Amino acid sequence: MINEYLAVLIFFVVALGFTIGGLVTAFLVRNSKPGYEKETTYECGEEPVGGAWIQFNMRYYFFAILFVIFDVEVIFLFPWAVVYKELLSNFGIFAFLEMALFLGILILGLVYAWKKGHLKWE
Amino acid sequence: MNLSYGLERLWLWLVGLLEKLISWLGLPYIFAYTLEKIIFAVALLVFISVSVLYLIWLERKVSAHMQSRLGPMHVGGWRGWAQTIADMVKLLFKEDIIPAKADKWVHRIAPLVVFIPSLMGFLVIPFEKNLIAQDLNAGILLIFAFSSIAVLAIIMGGWASNNKYTLLGGIRSAAQMISYEIPLVLSVVSVIMLVGSFKLNDMVAAQSGAGKVWFVFTQPLAFLLYLIAATAEVNRTPFDIPEAESELVSGYNTEYSGLKYGFFMLSEFTNMLIVSLVAATVFLGGWSAPSWLSRVPGIVILLVKTYFIVFVLMWIRWTFPRLRVDRLMDFGWKILIPLAFINIFVTALVMAVWRKPTKILRIIKERLLVIL
Repeated sequence: MINEYLAVLIFFVVALGFTIGGLVTAFLVRNSKPGYEKETTYECGEEPVGGAWIQFNMRYYFFAILFVIFDVEVIFLFPWAVVYKELLSNFGIFAFLEMALFLGILILGLVYAWKKGHLKWE
Repeated sequence: MNLSYGLERLWLWLVGLLEKLISWLGLPYIFAYTLEKIIFAVALLVFISVSVLYLIWLERKVSAHMQSRLGPMHVGGWRGWAQTIADMVKLLFKEDIIPAKADKWVHRIAPLVVFIPSLMGFLVIPFEKNLIAQDLNAGILLIFAFSSIAVLAIIMGGWASNNKYTLLGGIRSAAQMISYEIPLVLSVVSVIMLVGSFKLNDMVAAQSGAGKVWFVFTQPLAFLLYLIAATAEVNRTPFDIPEAESELVSGYNTEYSGLKYGFFMLSEFTNMLIVSLVAATVFLGGWSAPSWLSRVPGIVILLVKTYFIVFVLMWIRWTFPRLRVDRLMDFGWKILIPLAFINIFVTALVMAVWRKPTKILRIIKERLLVIL
């Protein structure tokens, strides 16, 4: 029997072929006359001042870290959600209480970040 | 041949023919499988391209009529139906400009990274019971996994262009998309709990048939959360901070031109289509319909529901003003995420209590008697 996930690879190859095919077609048919003015970055018509690869606001990192935490929690939630019905018939109310405990800790984390002011965008 | 299941029949017939042909040639089954998937993927690409061209035209028409304008009227004759085709042909012939200071390879790869995942999501969407590329058991999880890759592409495009506007657009977009990813995924958890499967076909089955209702009625809050978070995920107004035209020129794709810009545009509308397809499948019953509509093909039913949601998204876009970035983040983290948790909690509780309602009522009665 074939692994079902082979389809993912096939789709990937087809999508890659479509995009690269499109770009190659464009490369063959388009005109190209590069010039200094064309290749400067757009800054409302002025000569650009400096580059854009600079340090940016720390806020973004806070949200990125919070996201990683919550996303991992969500990954834990998914398997539980799939088997929740079976858990209920096997373990009764404990299936709910266990996850309520987990969700409680998770929400406590959110409340902590909230109180510390990390959810505030400045 | 029964007309109402034409396309599904055609696909099954084609699959059967291919398998026979391959086994007649003495080749292993894997060749037939690969060919089937390639045919399905190419058919999907055609469907996506046509839908997207038509959706862009529709967006222009809807926005125009909402603002008492006419929109494109000339190209092609009837109501300018060929306008977006002409635009795409124009994009194909446009010069490709890469800024001298840009990170050239990242700049070139970003359009590939944005478009490929948006096609991958279609892998697990059932257009009809058997009209599905591969009913993977990861189902909806796979869709979310691939749709979140778009963030990478946007930040790649924004950073590689070495332009202040694109960089701002890129990192703003990353912040927004990761913030709204959480409520988006959480809103579907409650439906997964009710169904007990990730497969979209199982979700459709749980909503069709006697005595079963669409999840939009049993999970109205989840549907609302999903719709709001999805609007933010596809970067549409009121959540279009990443490409706020009036502040950031065009956001992360300012420095893109030609077909590379075209791919960003294409993937934006493809993502909108996939978000609407998932909403229609998970909350509105997918390809299933009430029995009095049983002669209508499932794919037509699904597409009608999908385009209705697409229209709602367009309607929202031309009705609400853009949110400010701090309010946007507040709304996501302080309202949507807690609400999503409450929804899961309540669903779990109700499921636990309603499992054996009579038994629990009896226990409560006994306890009350003891206390009294």
